[in-house]
Amino acid sequence: MSRIGVFICHCGENISRTVDVERVAAQVGNMPGVAFATDYKYMCSDPGQTLLKKTIQEQKLSHVVVAACSPRMHEKTFRKAVESAGLNPFLCEMANIREHCSWVHENREEATVKAIEIVGMMVERVKKNRVLPAITVPVTKRSLVIGGGIAGIQAALDIADCGHEVILVEREPSIGGHMAQLSETFPTLDCSQCIMTPKMVDVANHPKIKLYTFSEIELVEGYIGNFQVTIKKKARSVDEDTCTGCGVCMTKCPQKKIPNKFDQNIGMRTAIYVPFPQAVPNTPVIDRDNCTWFKSGKCGVCQKVCGPGAVDFEQQDRLIVEAVGAIVVATGFDLYTIDEKPKGSPIKGYGEFGHGKIPDVIDGMTFERLASASGPTGGRILRPSDGKEPKQIVFIQCIGSRAREKGISYCSKVCCMYTAKHTMLYHHKVHDGQAYVFFMDARTPGKSYDEFWRRSIEEEEAVYIRGMVSRLYQKGDKIVVMGSDIAVGVQVEIEADMVVLATAVMPQKGADTLAQKLGISYDKYHFYSEAHAKLRPVECATAGIYLAGACQGPKDIPETVSQASAAAAKVMTLFSKDKMEREPIVARVREAGCVGCFACKKVCAYGAVEEKEIRDRQGNLIKVVAYVNPGVCGGCGTCQATCPSKSVELDGYTDEQIVAMIEAL
Amino acid sequence: MHTDKPKHAFEPKIIAFVCTWCTYAGADLAGTSRMQYPANVRVLKFPCTGRIDPVFILKAFQQGADGVLVSGCHPGDCHYIAGNFHARRRFAAFRKLLEFVGVDLDRLQFSWVSAAEGGKWVEVVTDLTEKVRAMGPMTEFKELALEEQWSGAITTPELKEAYNSI
Ligand SMILES: Cc1cc2nc3c(=O)[nH]c(=O)nc-3n(C[C@H](O)[C@H](O)[C@H](O)COP(=O)(O)OP(=O)(O)OC[C@H]3O[C@@H](n4cnc5c(N)ncnc54)[C@H](O)[C@@H]3O)c2cc1C
Ligand code: SF4
Ligand code: SF4
Repeated sequence: MSRIGVFICHCGENISRTVDVERVAAQVGNMPGVAFATDYKYMCSDPGQTLLKKTIQEQKLSHVVVAACSPRMHEKTFRKAVESAGLNPFLCEMANIREHCSWVHENREEATVKAIEIVGMMVERVKKNRVLPAITVPVTKRSLVIGGGIAGIQAALDIADCGHEVILVEREPSIGGHMAQLSETFPTLDCSQCIMTPKMVDVANHPKIKLYTFSEIELVEGYIGNFQVTIKKKARSVDEDTCTGCGVCMTKCPQKKIPNKFDQNIGMRTAIYVPFPQAVPNTPVIDRDNCTWFKSGKCGVCQKVCGPGAVDFEQQDRLIVEAVGAIVVATGFDLYTIDEKPKGSPIKGYGEFGHGKIPDVIDGMTFERLASASGPTGGRILRPSDGKEPKQIVFIQCIGSRAREKGISYCSKVCCMYTAKHTMLYHHKVHDGQAYVFFMDARTPGKSYDEFWRRSIEEEEAVYIRGMVSRLYQKGDKIVVMGSDIAVGVQVEIEADMVVLATAVMPQKGADTLAQKLGISYDKYHFYSEAHAKLRPVECATAGIYLAGACQGPKDIPETVSQASAAAAKVMTLFSKDKMEREPIVARVREAGCVGCFACKKVCAYGAVEEKEIRDRQGNLIKVVAYVNPGVCGGCGTCQATCPSKSVELDGYTDEQIVAMIEAL
Repeated sequence: MHTDKPKHAFEPKIIAFVCTWCTYAGADLAGTSRMQYPANVRVLKFPCTGRIDPVFILKAFQQGADGVLVSGCHPGDCHYIAGNFHARRRFAAFRKLLEFVGVDLDRLQFSWVSAAEGGKWVEVVTDLTEKVRAMGPMTEFKELALEEQWSGAITTPELKEAYNSI
């Protein structure tokens, strides 16, 4: 026979104002199985918890119901208290008589009757609660970081500096991401390469970081603390261990006119190449699509000139499996391309701006490469068509962003600031030039940001025109930009030498495919979703997976770095223990009843249901039944509601418990 | 402070089956925001709508519920990846069955209420309560429950007659 204790909280006056708590206690005290019922001013306070613990021991209670606020508020508190008094924490339930009762009803009689029923329901439920032993799973203290931009680099360094191994996987031949492409960075105008490359070198030299470049994630299995990741290391055609990075091969390669993606295709590279001189690792990779050897079986000059004999035309893609306990996703962003409709995106192109058709209409990242001292023009602003210095330059903001009718409603966040930066860089390099900016409004929150923006107008003489461009066309070697200045209400027409478009920041192409491999959620644009917009901004809802940088939404470098360090801190929290406890709300199969139809396996989104063979002593197969891996089970209970033979049961939410509640009403 | 609400001749009993992550949290938010709604609803919390067995709905009607509400996360928002999709498919089939059996489908409501939608929770609960109040008590299943609980004692003349004729 159960000896249930019921504790009814006044919550100061929050509950007692509308619910007659004494009447609830009196009435509940008479319910079968209830050995003790009382009311108390603040159950969650120290004396309240002491009362609870003392009563459990004095009254030898077998189960506890605390009628107070929402279990989402204090269930953990009371279960802990109950545990410290020697009872299994899952023998304690909360009855929500605040959020679901006293706060939403004014009529005292109605609220009191409802409270009695809610408590009664939980009393019947708790009778059926079973002792649930804690489930502990081991924690593999190695971490995977996907994406080697500044976000991934920062997270990897932070985790590795704490002494834990990191596997860093980057899709491109070098780490660095977009930040490596930037010239100077707002709001301080320090050179991006100068602050970035030391960190890249730190990654390469760190004894705890294992770097896989030119690699992609193939498969992710397992769960928090125990992931199994298959990585595809694409064939580089150059052996990383043998190559000394001397670069002779690149000087001899006859294919010299291949547009370099790193330089936004305005600079050229060879077929065997490193994307940029400071690349990490600085092992070249052969672009097989453009290599003469791979196309015609002739040439092979790089192999002949390579002293250490590192060039290997036979190299194959390799699959590597790594065990990790946590995953940081830092796959960054891509820029919206105007000349083509991004795959799978609902957004129509912006053909009217001539990008892709008029050679001197470029995007912001291309301007970064022009302005970069290590870029294809050595840092001189020269237009792509004829290499002349543009004397009139027009910047257009919000291309793609904040255009609901075209499919993107968000603000790309970094364009206002980098456009201001571009006008300054331009002014520093082309003293007799004039910059114009078409903008909707300037969004510059951030430390020293507004000051930076103002400087571009007040000191660097950029002319800001509030309004959008309506038309843009080539006229001779000029680009005519027509728009309206809505501040003064006039039409403007500028004959520009070059136009720079601040195109929208979008998720990486293929972000959705990676998310599906990881089992994390993403929004309609394919930015990854955090578990809670405010309180859990770096965690995914999927346990053990964390987010850093622009893959979660547009971000500048300071924000990216902060989030990356925060994600690293979350990984460290997980790694601070050898084993972790998980809520023992998992499904369990009653093997005697299981007919092996595996309906449960089909509906389980976690892949927690396995097939288990039952054999007799001679080893003959009797039957195959379902087995739920308690480490993997998410605890949704979908399998239970699906099982035709009622052979799988979710601990904590058994049919018995639920039916008891319904019958109490 | 206590406004005298109009007394109704019939107060329906509404049972709500909700998931923890979205609708239960949404109902909590209605509470923290001090929104007001009829006191007829009793909430049963599940981890996920995927756990809700249609049998519970039948059981609720048997136990005297006049209206049943099932509510979880919006499609795509499920904390457990896809539980609500399975629930949706299951209940689509179950509704047809109920209709076939002759249950007025207006007594059974499905909705998506997210953790941010305290207002929507209030709306859904209020609407269902009002609707069911207008429909009057649900009797069919209660009678069924009485039959099910028949103790085996032959107490009525009808039973006696039937017994004797075997
Ligand atoms: C034109 C322009 C100018 C800017 N100027 C500034 C500035 O002056 N100051 C400032 O603070 N911010 C600036 N920003 C913003 C800045 O670029 C970003 O904040 C920063 O690059 C974000 O870093 P990240 O690591 O999140 O993403 P990324 O830099 O995009 O890095 C992501 C990395 O992940 C890799 N990756 C992607 N998918 C996969 C995959 N599936 N598997 C493996 N690897 C993958 C990519 O190859 C890449 O290396 C600018 C942005 C633009 C567009
Ligand atoms: S592949 Fe050979 S030639 Fe090319 S950089 Fe490496 S060592 Fe030098
Ligand atoms: S409870 Fe959910 S996660 Fe666990 S085995 Fe069943 S369906 Fe899979």
